[in-house]
Amino acid sequence: MNMTSATEHAGAPVAPADAPDAIIEVEGIHKVYSGNVTALENINLDFRRGEMTSLLGPSGCGKTTLLKIVAGLLKPTDGEVRVNGAPVKGPGPERAFVFQDFALMPWATVLRNAGYGLEVRGVAKREREERARHYINEVGLAGFEEKYPHELSGGMRQRVGLARALAVDADVLLMDEPFSAVDEQTRRKFQEDLIRLREIEKKTFILVTHSIEEAVYLSDRIVLLSPRPGRVAQIVTPEIDRSGDPEAIRRTTEYLDLIDDIWAGLRTYVE
Amino acid sequence: MEIYGYRVPAAAALLVWVVIWEIVGQFDLLLMFPPFSEVLASLPEVIGTASFAEAARITVVSYLSGLALAIVVGVGLGLLMGMVKRADQILNMWVNIFLSAPLSALVPVIMILFGMGSPTVVATVFMFAVWIIALDTRAGVLHASPSLIDMSRSFGASRGQRMKLILLSALPEILAGIRLGVVRGVKGVVIGQLLVSIIGVGALFSLYSQNFLMAHFWALILILFAFALSLAELINRLEARVEYYAGNRS
Repeated sequence: MNMTSATEHAGAPVAPADAPDAIIEVEGIHKVYSGNVTALENINLDFRRGEMTSLLGPSGCGKTTLLKIVAGLLKPTDGEVRVNGAPVKGPGPERAFVFQDFALMPWATVLRNAGYGLEVRGVAKREREERARHYINEVGLAGFEEKYPHELSGGMRQRVGLARALAVDADVLLMDEPFSAVDEQTRRKFQEDLIRLREIEKKTFILVTHSIEEAVYLSDRIVLLSPRPGRVAQIVTPEIDRSGDPEAIRRTTEYLDLIDDIWAGLRTYVE
Repeated sequence: MEIYGYRVPAAAALLVWVVIWEIVGQFDLLLMFPPFSEVLASLPEVIGTASFAEAARITVVSYLSGLALAIVVGVGLGLLMGMVKRADQILNMWVNIFLSAPLSALVPVIMILFGMGSPTVVATVFMFAVWIIALDTRAGVLHASPSLIDMSRSFGASRGQRMKLILLSALPEILAGIRLGVVRGVKGVVIGQLLVSIIGVGALFSLYSQNFLMAHFWALILILFAFALSLAELINRLEARVEYYAGNRS
């Protein structure tokens, strides 16, 4: 676990001693909507630096709500989220968000969309285009810089969303069901690319998903949430070696068994 | 449109009416309708007069200033209504009332407020055009994708940058509103000038009708129609350039 030092900022506050590798701490989060609908109840979680953690659960378990609270886009009714030890008051440069519906500007080219995060931070045009180009290339969209979102497929649009999030060089990438609006074949390819990308980028990922396969395939840790009200039901740590052929992972017994186990746990909530 | 296998442009329907008009005119059936050819013949005569040049200048100036005012205020009002719920609750009913109210009835009141001159015409154009622009802008803002706004917030966009994003998101609707406002504004400028009737095209209309110069009268109407339609077409072209993303907003 020596990737911690690679992602730590020089000026970042020192993490508390009891959780040396927790980049995000979620403490006692409650979220109540419109007075009486409890979306989240007493969520306590740590997200470890450099890991990919999935928030998995059926719809209505508040997983997206939790992600948006971590992102600072929603305010919790009670409780606190800390990033690098500092309480979250709103969105911050150390977190970048990848949206379920891509959230691309339809009037802007791929290049400009990918550089948007840098644009709002006032990075000079030449530099932000250079960085945007680098990440467009990294997500496999080289040659599409001057295209508009409506000229791209769903999977390609989400790659732009990913490039935009990577370009701001945040420590944490928050991904809200990034593959749910993408067709199955594209999704598989995208998941494989994500594994490869993680090895290069060494970032912390939090992934919201309702797909058990996706969670097991990608994550170091899976947080299972139970619905109404959303609570942490179980935390699973898949022991899957992802260093080899990404396609081979889907045939390992660890992968297949874990999917069955998680499904056995979750089906009670669905029925 | 297709007749006996031949492709005929839709504008050909106009030709039929022109022919009927010509026939009615040639037989002197109605005092109001001189033959269409006579109307066409008097076109250069109308355009050539000094009073037309002056009327056109006054009309265009008051039309454009009224429209500019309506666009600025309408878009501003629409943005406010789209973004601030409280403002919407207060204003929405009023804007809708003004949108559907017979505004011509208000022109005399405007006349009392602004006098018998161009300011009244400017105010009339404004009143005719502003409400539809405001409502369409509001619709555009409400239509803006919430996740796009979340996106800009998550990357730390300032309030101004978020406004810009909302404005660009709403651009297709804003342009649609402006196009409707352009057409309504022409109504406004004509009605305003007719009621004031001592300036611009309105003065010409009363001059022609009082002297039974019906060919001149109709020629002036043709010019106004052409003016309104070409303006609307201009905005249409502009819209078409933005349209490509209106249907592609996720």
